[in-house]
Amino acid sequence: MAATALGAYVLTLLWTARVSLSSSRIFPNGDFVGLGQYERLFRNARWLLSLENLAIYGALFIAACLVVGFLLAVFIDQQVSGEGVLRTVFLYPYAMSFVATGLVWQWMLNPELGIQQVARRLGLAHFAFDWIVRQDMVLYTIVIATVWQASGLVMALLLSGLRGIDGELWKAARIDGIPKWRVYVSIVLPMLWPSVSTALILLFVMVVKLFDAVVAMTQGGPGTASEVPAKFIMDYLFGRANVGLASAASIVLLLTVLGIVAPLYYARGRALQRGRE
Amino acid sequence: MKRDAPIAVLPPPVSARPRKPLFTPGRLGIYVFLFTAALFFLVPLYVMLVTSVKPMDEIRLGNIFALPAAPTLAPWHSAWQAACTGLECEGIRGGFVNSVKITVPSVLLSIALGAVNGYALSFWRPRGANLLFAVLMVGAFIPGQVMLYPLVRALAAVELYSSLPGIVIVHLIFGMPMMTLLFRNYYAALPRELFMAARIDGGGFWRIFFELMLPMSLPVIVVAAIMQVTNIWNDFLLGLVFAGSDNLPMTVQLNNIINTTTGERQYNVNMAATLLTSLVPLALYFISGRWFVRGIANGAVKG
Repeated sequence: MAATALGAYVLTLLWTARVSLSSSRIFPNGDFVGLGQYERLFRNARWLLSLENLAIYGALFIAACLVVGFLLAVFIDQQVSGEGVLRTVFLYPYAMSFVATGLVWQWMLNPELGIQQVARRLGLAHFAFDWIVRQDMVLYTIVIATVWQASGLVMALLLSGLRGIDGELWKAARIDGIPKWRVYVSIVLPMLWPSVSTALILLFVMVVKLFDAVVAMTQGGPGTASEVPAKFIMDYLFGRANVGLASAASIVLLLTVLGIVAPLYYARGRALQRGRE
Repeated sequence: MKRDAPIAVLPPPVSARPRKPLFTPGRLGIYVFLFTAALFFLVPLYVMLVTSVKPMDEIRLGNIFALPAAPTLAPWHSAWQAACTGLECEGIRGGFVNSVKITVPSVLLSIALGAVNGYALSFWRPRGANLLFAVLMVGAFIPGQVMLYPLVRALAAVELYSSLPGIVIVHLIFGMPMMTLLFRNYYAALPRELFMAARIDGGGFWRIFFELMLPMSLPVIVVAAIMQVTNIWNDFLLGLVFAGSDNLPMTVQLNNIINTTTGERQYNVNMAATLLTSLVPLALYFISGRWFVRGIANGAVKG
């Protein structure tokens, strides 16, 4: 039973790989054109832009989520009162869909009615926060909205990692007179590697899947400035009826995921194993 | 649930530990940081709430952070039963019903399948179990786009494309790796002697599953349910592609309400619709709290 169901993954994968080597347009056909679709793909300016966007977005999103999540976790871990409430507040965005959060941020970033307008009313006549309609800045608005949504997740993962660290460590550090921030950066952070790598894998998968938030916030615009691979593939599959090209693009995406996640996953498995011994 | 259970993620509550004095400059700094951060996280929710109870002229003239001068529930009413979700203007309630119709069977079936798969993989270890497992791992990370088009063709071939059973099947396929891994890891932590004893007592595959494993699985079932309800309720991509116009889930309708409007945008109605769409996962999160955290942490594919 499991085997037949799992066959779905292998079969669809093989099917997509095969179609990516054909000249399929609206309907898949069986001819063989080698790597022709891949050549066309990498000559397609929109695809190259979407890859570039994904790289910039991914680097910023992952870095920001890790930094924000780590800071939140460390500060919450100082035995503060109201911890439960704070944790709830930091994590609730993660329960919402990317569509919903995308729409809220689109509304707050709207130059005519949102934050920019509020600041201007308060007397800052030239205050500008119109990134969402600017081609060179729109990508960063997607970073802001998705970091808002996902950094609580990193906080939760790292907090549970922090709580797993032996209290003796802190006593020893205090006796040696090492400043607290030093202990966090030099000792605790490396010890958190299993939690950090878990977060990394999750965040990376989110980056590759990035679609809902873009559709809800900018629909890829202005122009094609916030185009991403997942949206490129959807457009060519269903809008522009170019199944061959879209299949080639999804295979490229898959290889990227495997190339990055597999080593991470392996390293994390080793670290967890060591932790158990 | 026991602390040392395999899926426990969070440590004991702070109240169990000694508390430090409240007021030193350092402590103050910590609270200022946390308070500022909390504000940043709460602002969008606040904006959504106040906008959803303002009349449009107040939105046009006022600022998005101001409290409503004349609060009204009309936007909520309109979002629920009058807003246009494309060609039809019957609000988002149809989407709500669709989301329930999609989520309930998808969650129940994916948990049932995940439990049986996990049980078979950890205790019966069929031939090729390792290969199956490797495929599962790929399945967990594979970008959905790779599978979309073949699945569209396959479902169309059996006339299930754009139907309720079709979208449920797709959710099952996409949820299977995570569900199987979750249950497999849970069962792998149970003592194998238990299973052996049941075998000696003459229990078969299903009998051991129903009478021994399932009753012990309650904690992991709760986690699985939270994960799947959130994932499936919040799904946009699969609903968009596979549900068909009669079964569009709430997320897709919400996006349609907002992105297909012509003329002036009804921001108050939009925000009410957004809140309505988020109600189920948010309620689940606030009610289940710590379990939710366990759920997402386990979603991280524990090694």
